[in-house]
Amino acid sequence: MTTAVITSPSGFAIETEGLTKRFGHQTVVDDLALSVPRGSVFGFLGPNGSGKTTTIRMLLGLAQASAGDISVLGQSMPQKLGAVLPQVGALIEGPGFYPFLSGSANLHRLDSADGFAPRGTRSERVARALDRVGLSHAADKKVRAYSLGMKQRLGIANALLAPRDLIVLDEPTNGLDPQGTREVRSLIRSLADEGTTVFVSSHLLAEIEQMCTHAAVMRAGRLVAQGTLDELRSAGSTRVSVITPDTEAAARVLLALGLDLGHPDATGPVTGPAAGSASAGLTDATLSAALPDDVAAEDIVANLVAAHVRVRGFSIDHASLEDLFVALTGEGFDVVQ
Amino acid sequence: MSSSELGAVPASRSVTERRTRRSLGLGFFLSELAVLFRRRRTWAMLLALAAVPVLIAVAVRLSSSGSSGRGPAFIDNITQNGLFVGIAGLTIAIPLFLPLTVGVVSGDSIAGEANTATLRYLLVSPVGRIRLLVVKYLAAAVFCLAATLTLSIAGILIGIALFPVGPVTLLSGDTVSIGDSLVRSLLIALYATVSLLGLSAIGLFISTLTDAPVGAMAATVVLSIVAQVLDSLSQTSWLHPWLFSHYWLNFADLLRQPIEWSSFGQNALLQLGYVVVFGALAYGRFSSKDILS
Repeated sequence: MTTAVITSPSGFAIETEGLTKRFGHQTVVDDLALSVPRGSVFGFLGPNGSGKTTTIRMLLGLAQASAGDISVLGQSMPQKLGAVLPQVGALIEGPGFYPFLSGSANLHRLDSADGFAPRGTRSERVARALDRVGLSHAADKKVRAYSLGMKQRLGIANALLAPRDLIVLDEPTNGLDPQGTREVRSLIRSLADEGTTVFVSSHLLAEIEQMCTHAAVMRAGRLVAQGTLDELRSAGSTRVSVITPDTEAAARVLLALGLDLGHPDATGPVTGPAAGSASAGLTDATLSAALPDDVAAEDIVANLVAAHVRVRGFSIDHASLEDLFVALTGEGFDVVQ
Repeated sequence: MSSSELGAVPASRSVTERRTRRSLGLGFFLSELAVLFRRRRTWAMLLALAAVPVLIAVAVRLSSSGSSGRGPAFIDNITQNGLFVGIAGLTIAIPLFLPLTVGVVSGDSIAGEANTATLRYLLVSPVGRIRLLVVKYLAAAVFCLAATLTLSIAGILIGIALFPVGPVTLLSGDTVSIGDSLVRSLLIALYATVSLLGLSAIGLFISTLTDAPVGAMAATVVLSIVAQVLDSLSQTSWLHPWLFSHYWLNFADLLRQPIEWSSFGQNALLQLGYVVVFGALAYGRFSSKDILS
């Protein structure tokens, strides 16, 4: 692919530092330090109103940052906007099209706005983009007659009009049916296979978990977590649970191994009697603790058995990303102000 | 379409090639014109403008009583020569109908894009903000020309159909050939086009202030009326030469032999001033605006 821009050796497709946006007294994006590696499928996660779209608008030069630096594809924005944006395809906060033009005419229009897009291949590229999102049959229909999902597809097609190094998709599966959602996921995967960095924002964790290699979590304008999905998963601690009637002996063993039973976040080291397991006059109880990295689970069992603890149940629970997401961003419908 | 088909499109060399240099933006200007003239609204406005001289001609033709000596300029002339219908139509349309349509087009220029959410997609395509303003303004100017030409040509055609046509007697008393008079009709349409350029710049500026196109259109039209009201008040006579509407109806000098160009020049200079001032204001506003629509 020939691009007019020499890309810097920086390994990041998007990098921000201290990125801040204030509207009046309200700080919508606060001291954001994003690092989106090249070639990644990067999930940008956060509840509604957490500042995701505002961040994307700043990344693409639509809104000015109140403070901080942005670098996209190795060049600073918005200073190098004219050189960076032709390599970036974007769907920003829902599609935007002229209702009185057909889907195909709309794409022609937006492509003509890109000074680097050759006119000779325009029709071919438009047809290809429409085909890629499954809209070929509706190409000549006025956008006024499109359903929400079709408009969303057309918006994605617009991002695919030219070869891109970075594709930014803001809530790409909004308004899509389950079939469409699956198609978008597979599309994103195929883009990633071609080496395009894909930056996807979403408020749906399941979506991010299924297609992303990296993720960042926003809450109330702040970045609360960032990394590969595995890193994020391990940040949500793994817990071990032991079901035993010999709670005191078991607790001694676990403490000796360095497990912290009294962790304030723990669901309580000793929970009530497990149902239907009364035996020898003693009731079973569950001990649970966070599992440190340097302790192997099998050693715990071996030590427990060596100490004559009657182990009736043992489990290792990985905190799901969902638990982490809820822990990071809160639960329910409250939009953080 | 199956999901497996989605990613199966092979990349071929031809469509992955990019221009190594940015194009001049002519393609985008043509696309802007295409969008403008593919709208039903644009054609409705041009049709309405064409209806103005047609209505005048039909009304004059039906009221056979002849000259009443009242009414707008040139109306009396058209019974003697159909070629005056276009000029009479322009005279009637300049104070309200033309500013109305120009207000719609120029007021819609940026705010309309913001309203359809296409503005952000144009800007990330990317169209530079200055380029977008220039292209939008040029498209509005093309519309001004289309509007005045539509009116003139419709007038001339209906005039030929309903009234006798012959050599035209000018205001200076000279008589010129039909061909010469058609050229002068075109010049008058051009004069009216130039007259509307200042208003177009004002509309463009107002359009950068809001995301509501209707508001920008209405504000532009209201300003054109306010300017004409001020122009008619003797108390504000100091202001008159600075009002963009001041020379709007001064095209009569083009109907003298030889043509008196000074009013054309004064008008053009004044309009240029408005274009520069409001173009700069639009740039100042738009270049740093946060696009949140």
